[in-house]
Amino acid sequence: MEGNWRGRDVISILDFTREELEELFKHAESMKKSLEEGRVEKKLKGRIIALAFFEPSTRTRLSFETAAKRLGADTIGFSSGFSTSVEKGETIADTIRMLDSYADAIVIRSKYEGSALLAAEIAGKPVINGGDGKQHHPTQAMIDLYTVRELKGRIDGLVYAIVGDLRYGRAATSFILALTRYQPESVIFVSPPQLKPRPEVLMLLEEAGIRYSYARLEDAVEAADVLYVTRIQKERFPDPAEYEKVKGSYRVTRSLLEEKAKRELKVLHPLPRVDEITHDVDDTEWQAYFTQAANGVPVRMALLSLILG
Amino acid sequence: MLVRKIRNGTVIDHVPAGRALLVLRLLGITGKEGYTVAVVMNVESRKLGRKDIVKIENRYLDPGEADKIALIAPTATINIIRDYKVVEKRQVEAPETLTGILECINPTCITRKPREPVIPRFRRVPGERLRYQCVYCGTIIEEEEILRQLTGTQ
Ligand SMILES: [Zn+2]
Repeated sequence: MEGNWRGRDVISILDFTREELEELFKHAESMKKSLEEGRVEKKLKGRIIALAFFEPSTRTRLSFETAAKRLGADTIGFSSGFSTSVEKGETIADTIRMLDSYADAIVIRSKYEGSALLAAEIAGKPVINGGDGKQHHPTQAMIDLYTVRELKGRIDGLVYAIVGDLRYGRAATSFILALTRYQPESVIFVSPPQLKPRPEVLMLLEEAGIRYSYARLEDAVEAADVLYVTRIQKERFPDPAEYEKVKGSYRVTRSLLEEKAKRELKVLHPLPRVDEITHDVDDTEWQAYFTQAANGVPVRMALLSLILG
Repeated sequence: MLVRKIRNGTVIDHVPAGRALLVLRLLGITGKEGYTVAVVMNVESRKLGRKDIVKIENRYLDPGEADKIALIAPTATINIIRDYKVVEKRQVEAPETLTGILECINPTCITRKPREPVIPRFRRVPGERLRYQCVYCGTIIEEEEILRQLTGTQ
């Protein structure tokens, strides 16, 4: 079974079967346990993992870096924002070719959809998509599913409400795609009309036979077992005044949860957040986003060790 | 209406009515290349109701051209004529994958990034309608867009 993992590229969450995800989660569970007990085996000692961040992302990068180092691997790489040759016009393809000759695996992040697939076509070493464009962020989706599984005991049979930018947000999109590998009771979307999921994403939900609907936030919160909140960027609105008018309709507050939510509801967010979940939710039983963020390291450790082990 | 038979060449039959000129444009045939070309438009057809027919003397299609015709005239049949006889007849078939024929319409697709060495690739979306999905970014391209790209028309 582990033969399916070694040397494998991770481009889209759709590349994985449910059985493979379950296997990953079991590994992540034992990674988490050994982290807590402070006895992590340095399985990747002597390995080098390249972090090619053509688009900056502090969280994803630090989480991969921590995962690699916990397993004894070294990391090399760059993060755009510093002056890299990529900004001076070097292609992603050339940069990947170079890193392929240096490292044992490459984590790539870019604002262009399909960058990770292109990198995988070029590189001989495994390529892990750390987020490309608006569609794929497979490791985030793995972390999200893992967190639901950990806190709710299962992924099937739950009502998922997904809030925010479902059109351009890669975390939300990847989470929706990930749900097609399971059997949710239903999925409820809460978003402004122009930020609804893209047709190719809805097509996959339909193929998987998953029921979905659109609702106002209050109604979605009332029905949900899992509330997945994402940020709506102001830039998505042609008119800033329009944004100011609607943003309150997508904000999760403690008083909203107290009024509507089930006691066992779990609130997830891929972070960073701005004000779409108010801080008074942080110390409630509903809050699961800090657990989710912390799960980033063991899940990525499990993934790296399966691929490079 | 009578259009004379051709001796050698290609007859593209069962073209959806109104698309004959698009087929010619797609093949890069303007009438100045020296081929004798006959276009019959809007004739009755048992299969289609109405259809167009394109006859081109001394010109044969390569497989890439046949694929492109399938994209704008999915019902077309291609007849190869030698010495006034049909020596080969086949139904065009929209290919499962397209490489380098269409461009992605998503401006942030990696295939649109300048100087990146990547050829656009599409996979056919299952179903009745002729739709293709970009392998790199997942964007779906509809029939009108395919027509626009292949023939330069709206
Ligand atoms: Zn594309």
